[in-house]
Amino acid sequence: MENVKSQENKQYRIALRNSGLIDPGDISDYIAFRGYEALGKVLTEMEPAEVAKMVKESGLRGRGGGGFPTGLKWEFTLKAPGDEKYLICNADEGDPGAFMDRSILEGDPHSLLEAMVIGGYATGANNGVIYIRAEYPLAIKRLQVAIDQAREMGFLGKDIFGSGFDFDLYLKLGAGAFVCGEETSLIQSVEGKRGEPTKKPPFPSESGYMGKPTTVNNVETFAAVPPIILNGPEWFQGIGTETSKGTKVFALAGDINNVGLVEVTMGTTLREIIFDIGGGIPGGAKFKAVQTGGPSGGVITELDLDTPIDYESLKNIGSMMGSGGMIVMDDSTCMVNIAKFFLEFTQDESCGKCTSCRVGTMRMYEILEKITNGEGTEQDLINLNDLARSVKDTALCGLGQTAPNPVLSTMNYYKHEYEDHVYNKKCTAGSCKALLSYSIDPEKCIGCTACLKVCPTNCIDGKAKEVHVIREDECIACNACFEACKFDAVIKP
Amino acid sequence: MTIRSLDDLAKIREENKHKVGLRESGQGKEGAAEILVGMTTCGIATGAKETLEALTEEIKAQSLENVRVVPVGCIGYCFSEPTVQVNVSGEKPVFYSKVDEEKAKEIVQKHIMNKEILKDSVLETDYGKA
Amino acid sequence: MDMLNVNINGMDLQVPKGTTILEAAKKCNVHIPTLCHLNLGELGVVNQTASCRVCMVEVDKRPALVPSCSDKVTEGMVVKTDSMRAIAGRRTSVELLLSNHPTDCLVCPKNLSCDLQSLAQELGIREIKWEGKRMDYEKDLSSYSLIKDPNKCIMCRRCETMCNDVQTCGILSAIDRGFDAFVGPAFNLDMVDTSCTFCGQCVAVCPTAALTEVNEVGDVLRELNDESKHVVVQVAPAIRAAIGEMFGMEPGTLSTGKIAASFRRLGFDGVFDTDFAADLTIMEEASELVHRIQNNGRLPMLTSCCPAWVKFMEHQFPDMLDVPSSCQSPQIMFGAIAKTYYAEKMNLNPEDITVVSVMPCLAKKAEAHRPELSCGSDSNVDIVLSTREYAQLLKEAGIDFATLADDEFDSLMGESTGASVIFGATGGVIEAAVRTAYEWITGETLENVEFKQLRGMEGIREATVTIGDMDVKIGIAHELGNARKLLEDIRDGKSDYHVIEIMACPGGCVGGGGQPYHHGDIEILKKRTAALYREDEGKAKRKSHENEQIIKLYEEFLGKPFGEKSHKLLHTCYQPRERI
Repeated sequence: MENVKSQENKQYRIALRNSGLIDPGDISDYIAFRGYEALGKVLTEMEPAEVAKMVKESGLRGRGGGGFPTGLKWEFTLKAPGDEKYLICNADEGDPGAFMDRSILEGDPHSLLEAMVIGGYATGANNGVIYIRAEYPLAIKRLQVAIDQAREMGFLGKDIFGSGFDFDLYLKLGAGAFVCGEETSLIQSVEGKRGEPTKKPPFPSESGYMGKPTTVNNVETFAAVPPIILNGPEWFQGIGTETSKGTKVFALAGDINNVGLVEVTMGTTLREIIFDIGGGIPGGAKFKAVQTGGPSGGVITELDLDTPIDYESLKNIGSMMGSGGMIVMDDSTCMVNIAKFFLEFTQDESCGKCTSCRVGTMRMYEILEKITNGEGTEQDLINLNDLARSVKDTALCGLGQTAPNPVLSTMNYYKHEYEDHVYNKKCTAGSCKALLSYSIDPEKCIGCTACLKVCPTNCIDGKAKEVHVIREDECIACNACFEACKFDAVIKP
Repeated sequence: MTIRSLDDLAKIREENKHKVGLRESGQGKEGAAEILVGMTTCGIATGAKETLEALTEEIKAQSLENVRVVPVGCIGYCFSEPTVQVNVSGEKPVFYSKVDEEKAKEIVQKHIMNKEILKDSVLETDYGKA
Repeated sequence: MDMLNVNINGMDLQVPKGTTILEAAKKCNVHIPTLCHLNLGELGVVNQTASCRVCMVEVDKRPALVPSCSDKVTEGMVVKTDSMRAIAGRRTSVELLLSNHPTDCLVCPKNLSCDLQSLAQELGIREIKWEGKRMDYEKDLSSYSLIKDPNKCIMCRRCETMCNDVQTCGILSAIDRGFDAFVGPAFNLDMVDTSCTFCGQCVAVCPTAALTEVNEVGDVLRELNDESKHVVVQVAPAIRAAIGEMFGMEPGTLSTGKIAASFRRLGFDGVFDTDFAADLTIMEEASELVHRIQNNGRLPMLTSCCPAWVKFMEHQFPDMLDVPSSCQSPQIMFGAIAKTYYAEKMNLNPEDITVVSVMPCLAKKAEAHRPELSCGSDSNVDIVLSTREYAQLLKEAGIDFATLADDEFDSLMGESTGASVIFGATGGVIEAAVRTAYEWITGETLENVEFKQLRGMEGIREATVTIGDMDVKIGIAHELGNARKLLEDIRDGKSDYHVIEIMACPGGCVGGGGQPYHHGDIEILKKRTAALYREDEGKAKRKSHENEQIIKLYEEFLGKPFGEKSHKLLHTCYQPRERI
């Protein structure tokens, strides 16, 4: 557990400390790396309230997206009246392109189990559930092996470490609904009901699973707990920024060279992550934007690349931490199209319970489609903005309330692109097919007929050694002529 | 066995320390080596299982006794899967990227047996050890 | 009681802990529009899904708008219901709902009684701002009772609350996701292929026309205009306390005389009261009870007037079909007597008689089609109208119901006692049965016929009535969820009741699925109930066995109660059904 950040290394591994280092199928490997020592310490030397306090003092906040102080959540549940309490691990990772939790579950399952027993002790729960999506078969297999091993060695079950504390847990497979990442939906789903959010208050810490006080934490949050216990809250406090402590795992995806997972200290800049760790943009293309927070987040432009990232700073620049998805976009990306892509996702994943999300996201999607099809009007821009704000203000759960974020942030930073689509019927990034118009530069065309031969709709006119012309109304913007021309004579929009 | 106290746990830890010494401190028995293979979904999808088998077979074929192959989780470098880490006692760990069955054999033959690093396949990580 | 300070639109007030913002606003004369919200108070029927997002208000220090129907007041809360932000939020929600709702209001069965329509009117919405895709599902026309039109579903989930939480049938739930989500049976099965009881409580609470009754008004008009048909009509007890509401009369106004008059105006050949058949039911049921008690038969005995309850039992408790009384419901008994005794008396061919029922119930429509309740190929009851359809028929025929002079039912099968009138309220059937059983068992005259311990609105009630040297233990449940509890106790051997009355709907038939829409106002149900007890009080005869027409019926036709002919005509059997 000597997680010292060396000067030349940008990454700092706490949650992923054992991933790639230990054999996930061998509990003795985990123990050899000080596994279950934190649990032993907690159960034999500390009171539940002390554990919750220690986690609170460390400054650990929820890594699933909300950023709520974990220790405080634990205290709420501990103090809630009732003998029967539950602890649930949210392993329903659903952001497109995000797989931080899967990596921990597959590479270091015991760290989650250890942290959950600690969490159970700290919140007064004797029963735990790991809610994991069925699309993670390997993670499920490894977790089940780990649970069996932990039971055999007495880390789960009755009288753990001879302390008199009992705790056991089981796996609950989710069907992969994005909304089940929202804690109240998740609880509904664990109860066997349709995965749909319920109103808050009451919060799960008062009335959660089966109406009992319940804590829901995410995998990465749990993974940070054993090191905090072993190294002390001051150690964790010393890492990160004023408001956000420790490290965060991000999944780098999109137009970036080193696609994969990175774990960095809070306060690392986006520039460091994308260019130093991620190796920059492939093919020498220019960076355009990065989306954090998945479909609930917003885009961040070049201007904010040097912001040291934490929960607050990301919010201030119109995005959010989210669970750690980071999608990098180069300058061939149309921002209206990106907003449409995310809206399509949220509309698809909406549970359909509340009007704002069920109908509102569809109407936003439809306006975006109109705009990318070149049929948008000035009124559409006004309506889109109004509707996005209204849905944010009236939706029932986090999914709906954040669904408009991609629209609002792209409208804020790339207003000119929206206007270009609406007023000039142009998509400068060249990705909205309906708005592409190809033409041939008469200065450069030598009349070789190469483009004419590849055109699938035969919309290029011209004879050999004469300048060719594209009939725009028949062009389907397939780009074949552009690729075929050896003289750079085809002008792509 | 069932762990009933921190002492019980310490005992188990002690018993298993030799297994991880090479990974933890870079020091093991003279001539000892470990090959860690990233065996998570991304690794397996790109052929890590075959890589692991090839490594095991080659070690057997060469009758290398002090060399272990360990399936591990992922180090996050999806773009370079299957990823393999070679720890030789007393030396800095070396990461290899995109290790197929051919390259796996080469690693055993060149790196393990001849201390010859496959320079073209080395993955430059931005962290030394976890 | 803990009191909390709250400020609404600048007004300070104190409310008890647990009060919702909506309730608090009402106290200071602030109206907040709602749509999905439903609260039937002491009946325990609450829909608090907070899904429509119409009642949104602004609360200080809360980042987003808050649904006032479900969020409770906290100490020092500052609420604004009339800010631009709150108004815009509410309006957008309604506009969005309208953007995915058919605009066929003019020909919609819920025209002028649709909550969404009223809301659009209340908010002054004059154009539907959002265009785009609309839901396009097939209507479910499979059942005799109700029609399901998913395209009009606004996902308020009231029906789901009724079906799952109140009735515990579990037929209706949200299916599909996102924009395509709507409420229906699992796999969008046809309603007839489910274990739906057709109680119609989903229809009673649906704010739009996503769930409506099968309309048979046209069939009645056709029969009335067919010269070859002798068309008779029967009207159930609960109608007289509710029909006035459809004509602007106060809830709880008794319209018995006007109903008889209206039937004559409509041209029915026989104008009857189901109350007559209710008295007949008591004769049979009380006999069966006495028989079971005296012969160590299966106890408790359960009443079987309510067709939704009967179907519920067949699906949910197929192992206990020996518990309910074998008596048919009053509606069917009436039909059976009309097509035999009445036909004989009037010298008519039974096949030329059309029996029309006016019922507060949608399950009665399905009941009339049950093959075992028919006489040969002919149904005992041919057409069943709900209270609402009856009102529509009157309007179509141009009958000004409110100003009609009172008239009497036909004498032959028109006489009824106070005992039969209270069939329409929860506890009424059992009270009527006790009045008769008491006199039969003891041979004494019952002086005080009112058993007030059997009345009330609690979901499950129990009472002991001493009849001679026997303490008869009585259980009463209304709403099927409560019925389930009673049945589970019987199955587990925990219950020592002798007789149990069960009604599927809240409050009994007064709250039936075919009654005028109560729009969530429980006071209306209470007033209807009170009206029925008032009519009972005013009757000269208040015990079923004193009904002279009934006595005559047995003398001339049936022989003795629970006898051979009765068994053939007035009793039935039940069949186990699957649970889907």
